[in-house]
Formats: sequence, structure tokens, C-alpha cells
Amino acid sequence: MMPQSAPSISSDALLEVDNLVVEYPVGSRIVHAVSGVSLQIARGETLGLVGESGCGKSTLGRAVLQLRRPTAGRVLFDGHDLTTMQGDALRLMRRRVQLIFQDPIASLNPRRKIGDIVAEPLVIAGVKDPEKRKQLVHEVLSAVGLDPTLVVGRLPHEFSGGQCQRICIARALILNPEFIVCDEPVSALDVSIRAQILNLLEEMKARFGLTLLFIAHDLAVVKAVSDRVAVMYLGRLCEVGPSEQLFARPAHPYTALLIEAIPMPDPDVRPAETVPVGEPPSPIAPPSGCRFRTRCPRADQRCSDEMPELRAVAPGQFVACHHPLI
Amino acid sequence: MNANNLLSVEDVVVDLPTPRGNLRAVDHVDLTVGAGRTLGIVGESGCGKTMLSRAILQLLPKKAKLSGRVIFDGQDLLQLPPEKLRKLRGRSLAVVFQDPMTSLNPVLTIGTQLIETLQEHLELDDAAAARRSVELLAAVGIPAPEQRLAQYPHQLSGGMRQRVAIAIALSCEPKLLIADEPTTALDVTIQAQILDLLAREQRRRHMAMIIITHDLGVVAGRTDEVAVMYAGRVVERAPTPALFKKMRMPYTEALLAALPKLDAAPHTPLPAISGRPPDPTRPLKGCSFSPRCRYAVARCQNEKPALEAAETKAHQFACFHPIEARADANA
Ligand SMILES: Nc1ncnc2c1ncn2[C@@H]1O[C@H](COP(=O)(O)OP(=O)(O)OP(=O)(O)O)[C@@H](O)[C@H]1O
Ligand SMILES: Nc1ncnc2c1ncn2[C@@H]1O[C@H](COP(=O)(O)OP(=O)(O)OP(=O)(O)O)[C@@H](O)[C@H]1O
Ligand code: SF4
Ligand code: SF4
Ligand SMILES: [Mg+2]
Ligand SMILES: [Mg+2]
Repeated sequence: MMPQSAPSISSDALLEVDNLVVEYPVGSRIVHAVSGVSLQIARGETLGLVGESGCGKSTLGRAVLQLRRPTAGRVLFDGHDLTTMQGDALRLMRRRVQLIFQDPIASLNPRRKIGDIVAEPLVIAGVKDPEKRKQLVHEVLSAVGLDPTLVVGRLPHEFSGGQCQRICIARALILNPEFIVCDEPVSALDVSIRAQILNLLEEMKARFGLTLLFIAHDLAVVKAVSDRVAVMYLGRLCEVGPSEQLFARPAHPYTALLIEAIPMPDPDVRPAETVPVGEPPSPIAPPSGCRFRTRCPRADQRCSDEMPELRAVAPGQFVACHHPLI
Repeated sequence: MNANNLLSVEDVVVDLPTPRGNLRAVDHVDLTVGAGRTLGIVGESGCGKTMLSRAILQLLPKKAKLSGRVIFDGQDLLQLPPEKLRKLRGRSLAVVFQDPMTSLNPVLTIGTQLIETLQEHLELDDAAAARRSVELLAAVGIPAPEQRLAQYPHQLSGGMRQRVAIAIALSCEPKLLIADEPTTALDVTIQAQILDLLAREQRRRHMAMIIITHDLGVVAGRTDEVAVMYAGRVVERAPTPALFKKMRMPYTEALLAALPKLDAAPHTPLPAISGRPPDPTRPLKGCSFSPRCRYAVARCQNEKPALEAAETKAHQFACFHPIEARADANA
């Protein structure tokens, strides 16, 4: 696999992903879920990661946290390569990073009380004093807008999706992590609750000085919380750039397609009949050259022959395309 | 009731017995849909959208109690014998659910399911039904439709499955298609394609359509009329352009405001609606939105606002303190 070049945006990168490859063997075949992705996230930054279902977002997020060991590539967290780390060293490092899942209800053990669920990371981390644990649980539940006295003794099914997501966020925050991978934290929530949770994540980020990798398939949601956005397609990055710049002037045809597809709450904007662009091909046998070429209106011979590498098209904006829009 | 209405829902109430007591899922709803017109029903999770559509289709859970009238194509569906009702569903009254697997049978091929539906409602021999199936799959944008006939639903992606469900729903040229969150489970690019597909087929067939969603963005450019539901009731109803031009009900306004805006800078806090809808087994005495409404006044807690017309008959809302009146009062 050819490496995608690594645009360096900041010397103060908390996370640096270098030419990461993740493959899943399925029978005698291989799913090319992540194929040579490089990115950096600066301390205190939120990087949004968007792309269609199956493009490898969760795989990337899980490989960053070493919940799935990558096939190749490096993941530097605060200068330490997590991919070679084992045992206690990895366990200690894991306290500094957390994951929030898409399906808040499914990610909570239905038989355990909320107080125990939120305290679990403390137990694993070896906080033995129950009074201390209780105090920390109360603090973090209050921080996410829940009344500790009302929730600690109850079970997950007694809560709505939005409340379960608050509980998951509390659990992710309790060890004071520095970095959180938010894997579609609001996709399962409806519009009004989604706004509450997005605001909560922003508040928590400011309050606890967090750095976030924010995964979603909805560009409008990603833009609302991200400093920069990375667009992913079939295991590769198409484009990376500052959020506003990327929306104002997308360089990759796929980014443009994603922006066009956002439903606009304005009756005067008659949705343009989208080009019938079909669906992404299988990651078991990705197309040669540019992986987007089977759906791209600009594709030509070069796009089948040659894989485009990420390169700068504007300050801070990088695109992997032979015929970019800008 | 207007004689031109294909569907008229009159004073429909759906009650569900639960261990916590009676749950009123749909609370005195009136709606109409004209032939060839599109109605959007919008509201957050649990507000009763699916129960309302199931009431129209007469597909409620067994224990549910339904009252009111549902007049479709001149017939009161509540009075129709089950056999006639079954004939009607799938033929002139069709539905597409959020999860395409709700309407697809996992153990039958796509071809079998399409052909069975066609032959149940139309007099077609095997060859004609197979031909028609291929045409339908092609019409909903499925590549290589002949090969698909032999495939099972699990061999298709979510977007493709939803296309098949739509093909089946459209197969007998229904007069009304109810699409209950047809794209919520799909990606944005696929969502746009499916919504385009529905709009195109709706125009081509001059079919009426109800699109159910929790996203005002989905209905904005694609419906003639919108009904906003909250806690089982319709709280605002208007022709789509009028609604977006001048929302009157605070809930509608809040629902729109809560959507992330593309022109806002990153990290702009979203005007979220605080709290949650009331527990449907513990209905409030006053306006159901009052605990979350930033404009609530004392009367809102004690009395239920009725759905009433504003200056035009077509624009109705249920609020004591609608948006413009307040602006005037403050001026
Ligand atoms: N454990 C696994 N074994 C085999 N293939 C897998 C496994 N997990 C994921 N895949 C495949 O890898 C690809 C990437 O999956 P991934 O879950 O990372 O995508 P995603 O972008 O998170 O999608 P979604 O938006 O649906 O969550 C997909 O083709 C998926 O089917
Ligand atoms: N089978 C059932 N038995 C009892 N209550 C039910 C049942 N199905 C739904 N409800 C309740 O009826 C109310 C209305 O539910 P409904 O499914 O119509 O909401 P909805 O608006 O379609 O929500 P969503 O956007 O989540 O699909 C909710 O309070 C729900 O919990
Ligand atoms: S490289 Fe070619 S196929 Fe790929 S996005 Fe650019 S123009 Fe399209
Ligand atoms: S009636 Fe009162 S509480 Fe209800 S929406 Fe209107 S102002 Fe708000
Ligand atoms: Mg995922
Ligand atoms: Mg529903």
C-alpha cells in the first residue's frame, strides 16, 4: 500500500497517526477497512471524521485506541507509539484515552446500576476507596447534567437515549482523559436531543481541556463541533482541512457530494436532483487508482491508473485527487 | 371534510395499555391529504408519528384502542372488514418503514416477494409479473435488476434494501404511500438519493405521499404541507412554504433552531430544547410543551391550547402565545 503523505499541521500534535493500515481477514479474503491513513490532532483540537457507512471510520477510531491492533502503521500519542506498547504500559496509557459509542443504550450493561457503570473505569484503574469513587461519580454525573441522587441506583432501561448518552459521557470522563474518540455519539438521537448532547460535549471539552476525534456521517453535525474535518472514503482520506474552508471550497468531488446531500431546512432550496451516484464498492476489492472513481463525475483514465496522494491545495487544506475542484 | 381529499383523518385517538397506565400515543389528530399531494409529519422520537401512521393503515398493536375516523378514498377504514382492508393495503395504500427488513421477508428472494405482491393484487401471469418486477427494480435505481431477482435481502446493502421495499410498495400503483422515516437509518448520500426517488415516483404516478421524519430539513423542499407533532398531538400545520416563512408555534421554531447551521462558525452553541417531552402515561393538564417552552405563561400550565387557524385557514397552530403575537407585544 502506498502511503498517503502526512500533512503536518502543528508541532503540538497530541495524536499522530502515520500510514495506518487495518485489514480484516474474512475467509480467504481481506477487507481493506483502513488503507494507509495519516493524520494529526493538535492538543485541544477537535478533528471531525466523516464518510459513508462502511468507509472505515470506526475501524480507524478503534485502531487508534488499540482496541483493534492495526496491520501496519504507527499511532503516536503524546510521542509514544501505542502500536508497540503492551501490558501495563498500554493499560496506563489507555486511561488517558477514551471511547464514546454510537448506540448509547447498547453500550451500557443492562443489569448494572448507573452508579456502578460510571464507577467501573475507577475500579479498573485501582481506585479502592469506595467513598472516593462515590464522590467522583457524583461529580461527573452532575457535570453531564444528571442528578446523581436520582440516577445512581437505577438501571439503563429506565433512561432515554439522550440520558444514556450522558451516562456514557460521564463514564468516559471519570478518569480525566486527555483524548476521546467520539464514534457517532449523536447519530442515534433525534434533532432536539442531539443539540443537547453536542453542546454538552463542547462544554466538557472546554472544561476538561479535551482533544477529540469526532466521527459522524452527517457533515452538518461534524462542522458544528470540529476545528478541522477529514473526509474518508473506502478506507482512505479524500480531503482534510479547516471546517469552514472545506465547506466554503471543497476540493474533492466526494466532499462536494456530501455537502450537496445535506437536507436544507429551507423550502426555497429545492433539493437539486442528486446525480444518481450509486453506492460505494466493496472494500474487499476496492477499485484501482482512486477508490472514488466508480462514482466520480470527473474520473478519467489517470484516476484508474494512479492512486492520488494527499497534497496541499490551500493553506491547511489537503486533497487526494487528480482533478480537484479548486 | 373536503371532497377532494384522498385521506382524511378525523379526531383519531390511539390508547395503549401499559404497566404504568394508559398511554395516549395519538391524541385527537385531524389531518387531510389531497390526491397527488405530499404531507410531511415531523416531531421528535415518541411523539406518536408511527402510531398515527399505523392507525391509518390499521396496523396497530393488538392491545391498542383506536377511535375516530380514517376515511380513505371514500371508505371509512375503521368500518372495513379485515379481508377488504388487506386488499386495500398493498394495493392502493402502501407503506415503507424505517427498517426495510420490517417489510421484507428474509427467507424469500427479492423476485419472489415482488412477484407475489404483484400477483396478489393484479392479474398477471408469471412472465408478466417477472417482467414488471425487473421494470420496478430498474425504476428505483437498482443496477442489474435481472440478477437481483434471485438475491436475498441480506445480500443487499441497507440503501438497496430500502429501494427494494420502495419497489414493492410502488408495485401496485398505490394512491397513497406512507413513508415512515424511510431514510433515517441511511447515509446522507443514500438518503438524498432515496428522497429524490420517492419524489420522482410520486410526481410520475401522481400518487399522494406522507413522509414521516424528525428532521425539518427532510420535509422543507419536498412536501406541500407539514404537520408538526408533539406528545401525540398536531401542534402546527401549514403549507410548507408558509410554515418555514412564519412559524407560529414555539416548538416548531425550537425544532428548526436545534439543527446545526452550515453557515454558523464551528463551536457555535446550538439552541437546544432543554428537557424532554412529558411521560405519555402522565399527560399534563396544560400545553404539553410548557415545561420546555421559553415563552410559557401561567395559562399554558392550566389549559390545553386547541389547534386553530391563524390568518389563513390553511395555517393552524396550538399555542396561546404564538410567535408573531409576542413580537408585536414586545414592540
Ligand atoms: N470485525 C470485522 N470483520 C470483518 N469486517 C469488518 C469488521 N468490522 C468492520 N468490518 C468491515 O470493515 C469496513 C469498515 O467498517 P467500519 O465499521 O470501520 O465502518 P464505519 O465507517 O464505521 O461505518 P458505519 O458508519 O456504518 O459505522 C466495512 O466494510 C465493514 O463491513
Ligand atoms: N407497542 C407499544 N406498546 C406500548 N407503547 C408503545 C408501543 N409502541 C410505541 N409505544 C409508545 O407510544 C408512543 C408513540 O410512539 P411512536 O412509535 O408512534 O413514536 P414515533 O413518533 O414514531 O417515534 P420515533 O421517532 O422514535 O419512531 C411512545 O411513547 C412509545 O413509547
Ligand atoms: S482522482 Fe479522479 S476519480 Fe478520484 S476524485 Fe479525483 S477526479 Fe474523481
Ligand atoms: S401554549 Fe404556552 S407553553 Fe405551549 S407553546 Fe404556546 S407559549 Fe409555549
Ligand atoms: Mg462506525
Ligand atoms: Mg416511529
